[in-house]
Amino acid sequence: MEHIDFSLVDWSRAQFALTAMYHWLFVPLTLGLSFIVAFMETKYVRTGNPEWKRITKFWMTLFGINFAIGVATGIILEFEFGTNWSNYSWFVGDIFGAPLAIEGIMAFFMESTFIAIMFFGWNKVGKKFHLASTWLVAIGSNLSALWILVANAWMQNPVGMKFNPDTARNEMVNFWEVLFSPVAIDKFTHTILSGYVLASIFVIGISAWFLLKNREHVFAKKSIRLATIFGLISAVLIAITGDNSAKMVAKHQPMKFAAIENLYHGEANAPLTAIGMLQQSNEPAKHDFVFKIQIPGMLSFLAFNNTDAFVPGIYDLLNGNPEHNILSYKERCEKGKIAITSLGEYKTAKKSGNDSLAKAALIRFEENYPHFGYGYYADRDLTELVPNVPVNFYSFRIMVGLGFYFILFFAIILFFALKDKLQNKRFLLYTALWTIPLAYIAAELGWVVAEVGRQPWLIQDILPTIASVSQVTPASVQITFWLFFVIFTGLLIAEIKIMLTQIRKGPENAAEVTQNSQIN
Amino acid sequence: MFETFSYLFLQQYWWIIVSLLGAILVFLMFVQGGQTLIYTLGKTEDERTVLVNLLGRKWEFTFTTLVTFGGAFFASFPLFYSTSFGGAYWVWMLILIAFVVQAVAYEYRSKPNNFLGQRTFEIMLFVNGLLGTVLIGTAVATFFTGSAFSVDKMNLTLLTGDKMPIISEWKGLAYGLEAALNPLNLSLGLTVFFLSRVLAILYFMNRVRNIEIIERAKKQLIYNAIPFVVFFLTFAIWLMLSSGFAVNPETKEIFVEPFKYFHNLIQMPVVAVLFVIGVLMVLIGIIRPITCFEKCNTKGIWLSGIGTVLTVFSLFLFAGFNNTAYYPSTFDLQSSLTIENSSSSQYTLTAMSYVSLLVPFVIAYIWFAWRAMDSKKIDIEEMKSESHIY
Ligand code: HDD
Ligand code: HEM
Ligand code: HEM
Repeated sequence: MEHIDFSLVDWSRAQFALTAMYHWLFVPLTLGLSFIVAFMETKYVRTGNPEWKRITKFWMTLFGINFAIGVATGIILEFEFGTNWSNYSWFVGDIFGAPLAIEGIMAFFMESTFIAIMFFGWNKVGKKFHLASTWLVAIGSNLSALWILVANAWMQNPVGMKFNPDTARNEMVNFWEVLFSPVAIDKFTHTILSGYVLASIFVIGISAWFLLKNREHVFAKKSIRLATIFGLISAVLIAITGDNSAKMVAKHQPMKFAAIENLYHGEANAPLTAIGMLQQSNEPAKHDFVFKIQIPGMLSFLAFNNTDAFVPGIYDLLNGNPEHNILSYKERCEKGKIAITSLGEYKTAKKSGNDSLAKAALIRFEENYPHFGYGYYADRDLTELVPNVPVNFYSFRIMVGLGFYFILFFAIILFFALKDKLQNKRFLLYTALWTIPLAYIAAELGWVVAEVGRQPWLIQDILPTIASVSQVTPASVQITFWLFFVIFTGLLIAEIKIMLTQIRKGPENAAEVTQNSQIN
Repeated sequence: MFETFSYLFLQQYWWIIVSLLGAILVFLMFVQGGQTLIYTLGKTEDERTVLVNLLGRKWEFTFTTLVTFGGAFFASFPLFYSTSFGGAYWVWMLILIAFVVQAVAYEYRSKPNNFLGQRTFEIMLFVNGLLGTVLIGTAVATFFTGSAFSVDKMNLTLLTGDKMPIISEWKGLAYGLEAALNPLNLSLGLTVFFLSRVLAILYFMNRVRNIEIIERAKKQLIYNAIPFVVFFLTFAIWLMLSSGFAVNPETKEIFVEPFKYFHNLIQMPVVAVLFVIGVLMVLIGIIRPITCFEKCNTKGIWLSGIGTVLTVFSLFLFAGFNNTAYYPSTFDLQSSLTIENSSSSQYTLTAMSYVSLLVPFVIAYIWFAWRAMDSKKIDIEEMKSESHIY
């Protein structure tokens, strides 16, 4: 164990977190704005009103700027599974590789083909063809989200697979189970909705800025109306799918759930902590509430639809709770160790042709396989198996809080937009502008909850980070970490500056539009 | 339908798909080659804008093909993915970084207030053109020359010791960069580099309406074709003369066989024919525009392009078919990867094979979209009237 350099694992994790979080700065806007632009262009084609074309083109330009950097940050992630998590890539490549390949074949080509028409085809192809291309870009980008999220959901809740002792890896036995696992469906819907919410807020916020500057009233109001309706629907659905996500976590990842709730001693009729503040405690890996506001019974209800349901706490999972049939981590580690050593014995017996020994080892292995990953922790400090509680606790509450705030926000904007009273409400317009960063925060924190909460598992209960990493020098990973940090930060600054300049420029002026629409 | 096929058939089918993707990728790297020629062929800002935009409307395909190539390799031959990417860490990282900077360079190059300046983005395009081609070529050459690594799946069961529990270990000193020190790897790298430039020139000749650029392109065609041919011949002759990494079909044992790749050539006549036709097409595509001056200089990209696909495709088949280890280990022969020992399970390959049926549709809509977009040539005038340019 000592030999896997701990800083190697840490740097690899940091690198993945860095690159993924950068990627996710751009992806949600792509997911949502592509649809918003498609709605706008549909309006243009339906009504023939050149103002809608101006609107479409303006948002499309911003889409393009964001898209480019989204692509740039995405390619790293795909190959990082190989470069930094090579053991993982073998162990589950049989299942995990497939969605990535399908994503390329199905989604990325669709995006890149039709994006060329979307940007450069205005004067080259017919209106209908162009509109179809814009829709296909939106569908393509959301399809790419589908496959990667299926892959991620599978890591959180591995289904549809079986370990093959002869090849020493997990193999897919049911494609549909992987694709339609409830966790995958939930992850997909919740995540793309977060993109829709973010993009709607982005459109509203920037349009609000135009109103504040007393520019482009028609453009701004039309944009706001469309985005608000889209945003409101998405925001309501995000709360519903979010609630579902939490139920999934409670069911499949109880440790993550307990960490999110800072729950150490499980209970039936568990209360939901609406707001709280944490403080490191003297007990190992424990945090106490400095203060809290709780709703009795609510947690049990939300998690299991039943106020009497028992919600296990961190200590129940760590130390076991016979009353509720929960094995302690120590027991799971021992079982995991049996699984790992039986696998070795099976192989040796097979090699030497001792079939009965091999068979016995295989049975032992299969019995204990659900604890396989814990085996790597047999000689380690078991509190390593507890994720970072404060990060989960706060991130989750900020995301959910913002989620409810967004519903309210869209509702209020819609109310005033329908009454056509927005331009006098300067406070509201400023609020809209400042809600943009909040949307990004909510989206990033959602991933922090999902990913930090499952630590140290890459594959829940089966493969921990320490057994997944590539054997490169920590120095190499450190260097690439900083390289990515510098490159991505430089590109991000460029992106923001370009974006702001384009926004200040505003939509192209009316003369250009009439000229262009004459060509059409 | 795919359920009825044998495991071996599916493994070979997927090697063919991966080879085809790799071959198309090398062809599409004309975009990279073009990026290294922007200042050579474009003497004024307007001319360079035309060239950048011509490439800019195609770069996404190269990029997406690279991503899909990676994904398909991961899904069908995961042991390659984990061994090569995790081992030859630095080569792949440099390739990736070269592609990261490319992805933004087009969109941001000419936008006002772009922080780094137009020149920086043009340098990024150049870096991508140089590193992308040379390093990918070098990496592919290791399919024939081998790398130093070991693979032992049973390491997974080690709970102590210094190998725990890493399956693939790289023994090369520079995590992959050592491959570039081997002159043969490098000669394939430089072959790809000059080939991509040649293809770019042919592409420009096909698409630009501008006399000055075409004249310069013709001259550059010769300058780049000569080193391309020299490096290609170096590699091809070496390949035919060298020993290769063979697999005993019964015992699955890997051994070094003299003239292995030459044997593959004669033992797989269909592939050999593809290879020869491919090479001839590339050469004719280059020579025709040089020798005849007017009319016929625009079709070269098609001849050389298809020729490139056929040549690279058959090279991949030489590397992997006919009981050959496609990713040989010079450190531990028995760790070498073959189509059979590195592939996904039969179930996954079957499922993926259904997905592969989509590929013809993808190619069809790409074709359709390109036809719609490329109906006329590009000139400086168009650049001035477009609303979205790079
Ligand atoms: C604008 C962004 C946004 C908003 C307002 C919300 N979420 Fe969310 N949430 C995400 C953006 C997000 C996300 C970034 O899309 C995540 C990360 C991983 C995932 O599946 O979606 C996520 C994950 C995520 C998870 C973890 C899933 C896992 O670990 O697999 C839970 C339990 C919730 N969300 C619950 C909620 C609830 C109850 C919300 C109440 C309104 C909510 N989210 C609003
Ligand atoms: C784009 C949105 C995503 C964000 C913002 C994100 C965020 C993070 C963060 C913060 C970590 C570090 C956790 C820690 O070490 O404490 C991480 C790790 C990781 N995530 Fe994600 N993640 C995203 C999507 C995904 C997806 C879709 C996958 C897989 C398909 C994935 C796979 C991984 C892996 C392999 C690691 C490294 C190992 C680990 O630390 O567990 N991530 N991610
Ligand atoms: C951590 C795992 C991830 C990997 C390996 C990954 C991989 C990639 C790659 C390679 C690209 C460039 C594609 C191209 O050539 O056009 C890309 C872009 C994209 N990815 Fe990801 N991605 C990850 C996470 C996500 C997540 C979580 C989502 C959505 C929920 C997502 C959605 C997209 C979209 C919409 C694009 C299009 C370009 C853009 O971002 O603007 N990706 N991704």
